[in-house]
Amino acid sequence: MKVLWLQSGGCGGCTQSMLCSEPRSLFDELRDAGIEFLWHPALSVDSGEEALTILEDCAEGRLAFDALCIEGAMLRGPNGTGKFHLMAGSGRPLTEWVARLARHAKWVFAIGSCTAYGGFSANTPGNPLEACGLQFDEQTPGGLLGAGFQSSAGLPVINIAGCPTHPGWVVDTLEKAVLEGLTVADLDEYGRPLLYAGELVHHGCARNEFYEFKASAMKQSDLGCLMENLGCKGTQAHADCNLRPWNGSGSCLRGGFACIACTEPGFESPGHAFQETPKLAGIPIGLPTDMPKAWFVALAALSKSATPKRVRNNAVEDHPVVMPAVRKKGGGK
Amino acid sequence: MSRIVVGPFNRVEGDLEVSLDLEAGRIQSAQVNSPLFRGFEQIMVGRAPLDALAIVPRICGICSVAQSAAAASALAGAMGVVPTVNGKISRNLICATENLADHLTHFYLFFMPDFARPAYADRRWYPAVAQRFTAVKGDAAAEVLPARAGFLRMMGFLAGRWPHTLAIQPGGSTRAITAGERIRLLALLREFRGFVEKRLFGDSLAAVAQLASKDQLLAWADGRAGDFPAFLNAATDLGLDKLGRAYDAFLSYGAYGLFPAGTWQAGQAAAFDPVAIDEDTTSAWLAAGQPRHPAQGETIVDANKPDAYTWCKAPRYAGQPFEVGALARQVIAGHPLALDLIQRDGASVMARVVARLLELALVLPAMEGWVNALQPGEPFCAHGDMPEDASGTGLVEAARGSLGHWLSIRRGRIERYQIIAPTTWNFSPRDASNRPGPLEQALVGMPAGEGAPPTVQHVVRSFDPCMVCTVH
Repeated sequence: MKVLWLQSGGCGGCTQSMLCSEPRSLFDELRDAGIEFLWHPALSVDSGEEALTILEDCAEGRLAFDALCIEGAMLRGPNGTGKFHLMAGSGRPLTEWVARLARHAKWVFAIGSCTAYGGFSANTPGNPLEACGLQFDEQTPGGLLGAGFQSSAGLPVINIAGCPTHPGWVVDTLEKAVLEGLTVADLDEYGRPLLYAGELVHHGCARNEFYEFKASAMKQSDLGCLMENLGCKGTQAHADCNLRPWNGSGSCLRGGFACIACTEPGFESPGHAFQETPKLAGIPIGLPTDMPKAWFVALAALSKSATPKRVRNNAVEDHPVVMPAVRKKGGGK
Repeated sequence: MSRIVVGPFNRVEGDLEVSLDLEAGRIQSAQVNSPLFRGFEQIMVGRAPLDALAIVPRICGICSVAQSAAAASALAGAMGVVPTVNGKISRNLICATENLADHLTHFYLFFMPDFARPAYADRRWYPAVAQRFTAVKGDAAAEVLPARAGFLRMMGFLAGRWPHTLAIQPGGSTRAITAGERIRLLALLREFRGFVEKRLFGDSLAAVAQLASKDQLLAWADGRAGDFPAFLNAATDLGLDKLGRAYDAFLSYGAYGLFPAGTWQAGQAAAFDPVAIDEDTTSAWLAAGQPRHPAQGETIVDANKPDAYTWCKAPRYAGQPFEVGALARQVIAGHPLALDLIQRDGASVMARVVARLLELALVLPAMEGWVNALQPGEPFCAHGDMPEDASGTGLVEAARGSLGHWLSIRRGRIERYQIIAPTTWNFSPRDASNRPGPLEQALVGMPAGEGAPPTVQHVVRSFDPCMVCTVH
């Protein structure tokens, strides 16, 4: 699989994240799966005219490639000119390059939430950058390539969303495509591969005991569940962050801060401060989507009344102050 | 006189285009263009102040933590919060992990592959260097990626993940380290030290840290196996110790309490005065006006401004362009090797790379000390209230140099947010007095165009530009 990779209105973080791929060296892992970069702005040696020649040959169909990976939002502004991001050395908007190249790709991958939905650039008040994703404008199908776009493999844009995206999500999706193929059934309604978006961030959260008892963190650095007060959207965000660790052993929740649902379209403007949970009559809005609200409230009240002292006390400290009890074996012989 | 445009200039972070005016194959003048504008300063306006912590890391995927630390520090100032002892140590560790990983990424993945270009095929060092540093396929890439990923496991413990963490808060860190995890952090540092000593230096960190002059450095490198000695060997052969000088005016905000803030110009060290900074928009596609201190700064797009050629502003200190980065930090900290290099030849491609790798030798042992100083069970985060009206400044050192955030809060919302990133300093365009930025100056006089060796590539990359930060 020959991969052509371009970056536009993003931070480069998805590439930086991908380089953390483990356990093997990313380059060895990809090589052994038959995946190679035809050109990547951060990794290839070709620059200037050499690089533009590769891109032009691909855009004209003279040089074959399989996968187009785009990282960063599509910036159509100002006034539709694309001048907020011209491809260096070419004087042409990145949006134009992407549209030309996408016609020749077997698969088009949006690497990260900026590329998938528009990202923070699309969230400036009034969107002066005219930013959008490849096939979504936030939640709305459309984007640069249009709602009906299909790559030559008959697929819509594959949105490996996340801000940044996890290295495993990218590597596994590319390998699935090249080794087994991808079908529409492998994607959810936002074009995200189910191999990671079929889970919720909540699954495998190390704070689940606190969640069970609604033993909530009150302030940053507390050990308790972050959903009730600190804005955590782990029960609503599609990703396997707590099943597939970040940087060896981490995740946002393990890091002590809330999930801001960075794999979801529109996460940049949640309508409230990121690290606060909006509430109505003391009850958080935005409860788990697949649970009736009344049941949730009833169960929460019940579980709060049954919270063990250990869980209640540890929830509001940054380290455990009550250890799990050691059951003493009864009286010797 | 002819003009050539170099771009896309890859193996830097983000987008870069350089226009060169040539006379007889030499650069007469250079214009540096950052052709991508995202406008993060506007994204923040009207938001809840602490939202900045979620937004600013997304400015940059390679120094997201530095952005977080600058924002947290500005917010702490606004709140009047002082981080806890553990919180400060954690922040130092998180920032140092990112900065050192960044130096490593720059050296192995961005900088060294240029030495494997066919243009150098006839040099005696070429076969070994090409074998090791060819982009993606070289032996070094296969070794450095696991070493980098292993080192960034520090972030799994300290920050949840990298890039884009919310662990850095105004009062410290959301992630308290346990006694068991402290052992793991030390093990990770030892593992990384092993790679650096064995493969990069071919010697102990202490031996490298003690090198005190260019002569000592070159004598040390002579015949030594290791990637840094290999660089020194090739760089000396290519004359990179005398190439890429800008103004020899350096600025640092100070880092980790280990390297002090200050300036250095014309052989004189001086104290740093944050009031002396302003930003000029003459050559940027931004509304014209008098240079402003960033606390009063504006970023208003004027996409069709005549004679503008970049989205980057021109930051100046006391009206002058200044160079920032590892070399600036080490010169201002008075490291004898850094001082000797610039006193002999001025800032150069070699000096900038040496300073970066020197920081690996200086900071890794400090990190081991910080981990030992963590006190599990003591608080990692202090708490406070956000005032309705306040302002704050966050000045930190990213890998590439001085990063500043200036914010003001009014009626509980962000009213103004201005950022000057390291590459904004180094890759700044001309100001109102037509004075070029540091890179623009450094390129003057170099060979370029048809048949020229890839020296422009070395000079540009010696600054390790981070273009996505530059115009945020």
